Amino acid sequence: MGKITNEELLKKITGKFQEQVTTVGEPFGLLTLETGREQIIDVLTYLKNDPALQFNFLTDITAIHYPEQEKQIGIIYHLHSLVNNVRIRLKVFLVDGDVHIPTATVLWNGANWMERETYDYFGVIFDGHPDLRRILNVDDMVAHPMRKEFPLEDPNRVDKKDYFFGR
Amino acid sequence: MSDIQLVDAPAGVEGAGFFATSLDKVIGIARSNSLWPLPFATSCCGIEFMATMAPHYDLARFGAERMSFSPRQADLLMVMGTIAKKMAPVLRQVYLQMAEPRWVMAVGACASSGGIFDTYSVLQGIDEVIPVDVYVPGCPPRPEAIIDGFISIQKLVQTETLRRRNEPQYQKLLASYGIQ
Repeated sequence: MGKITNEELLKKITGKFQEQVTTVGEPFGLLTLETGREQIIDVLTYLKNDPALQFNFLTDITAIHYPEQEKQIGIIYHLHSLVNNVRIRLKVFLVDGDVHIPTATVLWNGANWMERETYDYFGVIFDGHPDLRRILNVDDMVAHPMRKEFPLEDPNRVDKKDYFFGR
Repeated sequence: MSDIQLVDAPAGVEGAGFFATSLDKVIGIARSNSLWPLPFATSCCGIEFMATMAPHYDLARFGAERMSFSPRQADLLMVMGTIAKKMAPVLRQVYLQMAEPRWVMAVGACASSGGIFDTYSVLQGIDEVIPVDVYVPGCPPRPEAIIDGFISIQKLVQTETLRRRNEPQYQKLLASYGIQ
């Protein structure tokens, strides 16, 4: 266990941000909070710079797609306080069609490639990112392949056609 | 007599002090027994290829002693492993840099058809971007299978006519891949 319990952590964050941050749960002891894109950078800045918390390490930025939800696209931040050995997860859900969120490169340079990857796979546009272009897929790809509406299989595949199997 | 096997002379007319045969056959024999492979190894099939090159299987027995890591001097492009779509232009560039006559061998399921990687990011067989002469099945193929594929290439090289690369069918094949 880390030096700060999840209760203390939650108390500090809600003390600062009140209703702007809601608690999702603590799966496997990992405190998970949800917030909006208006205050995500403020929350990240607070977590990074607060002298008691010191969440100085950005473990990951990724996204998730729930087509059945009203707010389909979720952007997920994992932070790690190397000083206190505590982790935290933040989620921001956005409506499909308006997937804009401010960049976290103002806080961590390491966010640069993570946000490019998230843009590549989910089409999340990070406003203010210095160089937002695809990082892993081919440049001329038009789709964002981790979205659920995108078929995983390659359409050029010939040896899986139905007529080979009597279908 | 040693037990070293030499390549048999091609069919021809022999007499006292002369031997006559066609140029095709002589060049075919020379080329097929001195193929310089360019190994384009991206994954586990490349490991099998390393075993093929090592002394136990010893691809050097077939005249392929000299690996050519420059495409300019290579005769045979051996593609071994999964080719991601982002890698496809690189592979094509390597093929374009090879001088004619050039042959291509797709080793393993991934290079031949995409294999288990039926996904948006992987090329579904290298024959989507370059023409292939011989496909070696397996996932990965054993060194024996790679040698078998290599012998098939040798047979192709031996029987190829000198004019094949100038024929309209060959030009049409290249044109279908957008090459010249």
